[in-house]
Amino acid sequence: MLGLGLGLYAKQSKALPALALRPPGALPEDDFLGACIRCGLCVRDCPYNTLELAKPETPVATGTPFFNARNIPCEMCEDIPCVKACPTKALDHALVDINKAKMGVAVLIDHETCLNFLGLRCDVCYRVCPVIDKAITLDMVPNTRTGRHAMFLPTVHSEHCTGCGKCEKSCVLEESAIRILPPKLAKGELGRHYRVGWDEQKKAGHSLIDESKMQDLPDRMPEGAVLPGHYDPASGHTESLRGMPGSEAGAIPSLPPGLGGKP
Amino acid sequence: MSQIAHKKRIGAEAVEEKGWLRAHKWLILRRISQFGILGLFLLGPLAGIWLVKGNLNYSYTLDILPLTDPFVALQSLAAGHVPETLGLIGVAIVLAFYLLVGGRVYCSWVCPINVVTDLAGWLRDRLGIKGGSSLSRNTRYWILGMTLVGSALTGVVLWELINPISMLHRGLIFGLGTAWTVVIAIFLFDLFVMTRGWCGRLCPVGAFYSLIGRWSPVRISAPQRAACNDCMDCFEVCPEPQVIRPALKGEAKGVGPVILAPNCTNCGRCIDVCSKDVFTYTLRFNNPASTSPLVRVQPESQ
Repeated sequence: MLGLGLGLYAKQSKALPALALRPPGALPEDDFLGACIRCGLCVRDCPYNTLELAKPETPVATGTPFFNARNIPCEMCEDIPCVKACPTKALDHALVDINKAKMGVAVLIDHETCLNFLGLRCDVCYRVCPVIDKAITLDMVPNTRTGRHAMFLPTVHSEHCTGCGKCEKSCVLEESAIRILPPKLAKGELGRHYRVGWDEQKKAGHSLIDESKMQDLPDRMPEGAVLPGHYDPASGHTESLRGMPGSEAGAIPSLPPGLGGKP
Repeated sequence: MSQIAHKKRIGAEAVEEKGWLRAHKWLILRRISQFGILGLFLLGPLAGIWLVKGNLNYSYTLDILPLTDPFVALQSLAAGHVPETLGLIGVAIVLAFYLLVGGRVYCSWVCPINVVTDLAGWLRDRLGIKGGSSLSRNTRYWILGMTLVGSALTGVVLWELINPISMLHRGLIFGLGTAWTVVIAIFLFDLFVMTRGWCGRLCPVGAFYSLIGRWSPVRISAPQRAACNDCMDCFEVCPEPQVIRPALKGEAKGVGPVILAPNCTNCGRCIDVCSKDVFTYTLRFNNPASTSPLVRVQPESQ
C-alpha cells in the first residue's frame, strides 16, 4: 500500500510546474529525480543565490533545486559553479559552455501588453539578453496602426536561448510579457519527414529541383472574378501590382496622406 | 512493563549510585554529537563560516572531504544513475566509517530525528502512556526493500520524497517550510500510537544502516552480566530492547556477552542507566561464551 502510494506520488512529483526552472545542465526531469540526491551543493555554490531547494509545500519534488526567473534569474557564470558542485550527474558535468545550457526557452507570451508590440521602443528584454542578437533579435515590421512607424518585435530564437531568464526578470511590465517555459511547452515540432525547401536549397547550394521544367499552373479564381493587378502569368495576367516593380500605377507613397506625397 | 518499573524512574538507581552526570554520560555525549553536527552545518548559513556545505545526503567539508549517504546513493543507483567521482568517494568513506563503528551509530549519534523520537519515548514513559498499536520490527526491512524496488521502477529517488530525516535536516539548513508538520507527526506517532514506532519499526534508513553494521567490530557488551540485579532499567530505556536479552541473559545458553544484533544503535543508554555497571563499549571479538566469575559453564552447553 505504502509502496503504491509512494509510486503514485513519485509519478506526480515528475510534473514540474512550468515556471520552476532547473539549474543549468539539469538532466530531463524524469532522469533528474533519479540522479539528484537533494544535497543543495548547487544552491550553496551559486554566487547569486538564484537557486533554492524545494520545501515540502513547494509544487516541486521536495529537496530538489530550482529557480524562478522573475525572482532571481541565472547569471550564466562562465565557470558554471553549480554544475561543478554537483556530486551526481543530475547536473551534467559535460556542460562546460554555459551558452549551451537549456534551462528553458524564452517565449514572448503576451503580444497585447509587450511595449514593443504596442509600437514603443522598450527593448529591455533584448538589451539584457546575454546572447543578444542571437537568442533575441528585434525584427522590424511596419506599424499598421499608425501607418508611418515601425515596430521592433523581440523575437526569440530557441536554438540560442539558454533560458537564463534575464529577459523575464527585467521585463518592465507588472507581469512579465516574456517568460521562460520548458522547451516541451514552448516548442512546436515539425514532422520528421518535413524539409524546409529554402534551408535545403542553402545546404545544397542550388535548387533541389530542375527549375526549367517547373510549370506554372493558372491560379484558380471564382468564376468571372477579376483581380486587377493580379500577377498570374499562366492565365495571361502579367500586369504588375501597384507598388511592385514594373507597375505603371506608381509606387506606394513613402509619406502618409496629407504630408506631401501624392497617391 | 512491570509495576515496579513504573514506580521508580528509569535509571534512578544509577543516578543514586553513580551520580547524575555519570548516569547520563553517553546521552550527553550523543546529544553533543547530534547537535554538534547540526551546528557545523548551520555555521555556514547562519554565521557565514563555511566549514561544511550541503546536508546529510551529501556534504562537502572544507572543500576536501566529501560524505555521501549510501542509502540515497543506492536508491539513485537503483533508479539508474551513478554519482560523480566525489559522490562515489563520499559513499566509500561513509561506508567504511559505519562498517567500523556500527551502522546504527548513524541513528543514535547523527540523525536529528533521533532527538525527536527519544523525546517522545521519554515523555511516553513519564506520562505512563501505554498500549497503542504495534508493528513488527521487521516492517522496516520491507519498507527498505520497497524503496529500492520502487526507485528502480519509478526512476525517482523514492524515499527522499518523504524522508523525514532529510526533510528536517535539510529544512533546518535550507529553510524548513512545512517540514515541521512531518516532525510533529512522527513525535505524536511515537508518543501515542506506537512505542518506538518510527525508528524502531518503520524507518528504512535505520534498516539500511543496520545492515551496514552487521559485522562492525565496535559493540556494546555486558561483561559484568553476573552482577545484573534484574532491575529492567536497560530494557526500559533501550530503543531496541530485543537486542539486549541474548547477551545479558545468555550465560546459561553459552552465548557471549557482546550484543551482536545489528539493530543495537550503540547509543550507550544501557551503560548509563545500569547501577551495576554491567555494560560497556568493547569490540565484538571480546566475546567469551562465559563471563561468570563464579561458575564456568559446562563444555557440552557450548
